[in-house]
Amino acid sequence: MDVTSAFVEAFSLITRLDPGFLAIVGLSLKVTLTAVVLAALIGLPLGAWLAMARFPGRSALVITINALMGLPPVVAGLIVFLLLSRSGPLGSWGLLFTPTAMVIAQTLLVLPIVVSLTRATLEELWAEYRDHLTSLGLTGLRAIPTLLWDGRFALATGLLAGFGRASAEVGAVLMVGGNIAHYTRTMTTTIALETSKGDLPLALGLGIVLMTLTLAINAAAYAASRVGARYAG
Amino acid sequence: MRASILPLRAERLALIRDGQRLIDTVSFTLPQGGITTIIGPNGAGKSLTLRLCHGLIAPDEGMVTWARDAHLRHAMVFQQPVMLRRSVRANIAHALHALTHPAVKSRTDEALARFHLTPLAERPARLLSGGEKQKLAIARAWATEPEVLFLDEPTSQLDPAATREIEALIRTLSLEGLTLVMTTHDLGQARRLADRILFFNRGRLVEDADAASFFEQPETPQARAFIAGELL
Repeated sequence: MDVTSAFVEAFSLITRLDPGFLAIVGLSLKVTLTAVVLAALIGLPLGAWLAMARFPGRSALVITINALMGLPPVVAGLIVFLLLSRSGPLGSWGLLFTPTAMVIAQTLLVLPIVVSLTRATLEELWAEYRDHLTSLGLTGLRAIPTLLWDGRFALATGLLAGFGRASAEVGAVLMVGGNIAHYTRTMTTTIALETSKGDLPLALGLGIVLMTLTLAINAAAYAASRVGARYAG
Repeated sequence: MRASILPLRAERLALIRDGQRLIDTVSFTLPQGGITTIIGPNGAGKSLTLRLCHGLIAPDEGMVTWARDAHLRHAMVFQQPVMLRRSVRANIAHALHALTHPAVKSRTDEALARFHLTPLAERPARLLSGGEKQKLAIARAWATEPEVLFLDEPTSQLDPAATREIEALIRTLSLEGLTLVMTTHDLGQARRLADRILFFNRGRLVEDADAASFFEQPETPQARAFIAGELL
C-alpha cells in the first residue's frame, strides 16, 4: 500500500469511528488520565511538603526527583515489571500484563514531573508569601492550600506536561502491559506493532490522533498560562 | 468590647546573627493609641524590631509580651506589599480565614468601601499601581480588626501623591483609635505623623521620646546628627 492510500484509509478509520480503533484510543486515554490523576493526588501534596520542609538531605532528594523527570520509560517499565512479575514482591497480586500495571508504570513516569514542578512553583510562592501568611497565622501545612491555589495555573501546566509524557511513551506500557489485543493495546504500542507488520493505515490513524492530542495539550497549557497572567496577575 | 492586648512590653530584646547583635538589648513599652514611629539610619534595626514585635521572628534574648492573648489581634503591612495572585476582593477575603463565610463577605465589602477599593474589587491585585497595592495591604490588615497595626516603611516605594494618600489614611486610622507602629527613613514623614519617636542606631534604642521634644531637643549626639542629616 502506498503512503497516499494509507493516509486515506487512516482518515477513514477516524471518520467512520471504527470500534476497534476507538477502543485503542479509549484505553490509552483511560490509562493515561488515571495515571495523571494518581500522580496529582500523590505529587501535589508531596511537592508542597518538599517546598516548605527543611531537613538534612533535602537537596539530595530534590536533585534525585529532578533527575527522575528524565527517567527512561523502559527503565520505569523494568522497575514495575520486576515488582509485579511472579517472583517479584507484588507478584501475588497478578497485575502484570493488565491495564493496572500500565497505570502504575505511567504514574511512576509522571510523578517526578508533578512533584518537581509543584516543589519549584510553591517554593517560589512561599518565598514571596511567607511573611504575609505567617502574619495571618497560616504557617506549615496551613499555608499549603493558599500556595496550591495561587500556583494553580503553573501546576495545571505541569499536569498537562505529565499527561503529554505519559500519552506519548511506548516502552513502559509495552513491557508491563504486554500489548495484548483488545486488553492492553494502546495507541503507542499499536503504532509500533502495526508499523512493523506493515499495516500503515491503523498506525497512521492513531498517529494523527496522538498528534492532535499533543497539540490540544499544548494549546491547553498555553491557555492556562494566559488565563493565569490575566486573572492572577 | 474585648479587653485590650496592650500594653506591649519589649524586654531586653536581642537578635544575634553570625555573632553580631543586630538588635541589642532593646526595651520599650507600647501603650494604647497614637502613632509610634521607629526611625534611624540604615541597619539600625527598625524593621527587625517591628518583626520581633509582630512575632515574625523570635528574639535570641529577651521577650515580647502582650497584656493578653494577642493571636491575630495585631497585623502588619510590609514595605513591598505581598499581593496574592487573586482579585482585590479575594485578597481581603483570604485574610479573614478565621471568620465564617457570610461574615467574610460582609467584612470584605466593608473594607472595600471603607478604603474606596470597590471599583477595583474584581481586578487582579498584582496589576494594581504601587499606591493601590499599599492601600489594599492596609485595607486587608484593617479588615482583620487588629488593635495594633505595624507598618514597615509603608511609603518608601511610592510617588509623592500616593505617599500623601497613605499618610492621610494612617492619620485617619489613628484618629479612629487604632494603635500604629511604623518604621520610616523619611524624617519629614516622621515629623508629619509621629506622636512618639523610637530612635534606633546600630541595633540599640538610643532615644524614646514624644515626637515634638525629639525633634526640638534631641538628647543624644547621635539623634542630633541624624536629624541634621549627618548620620545616614
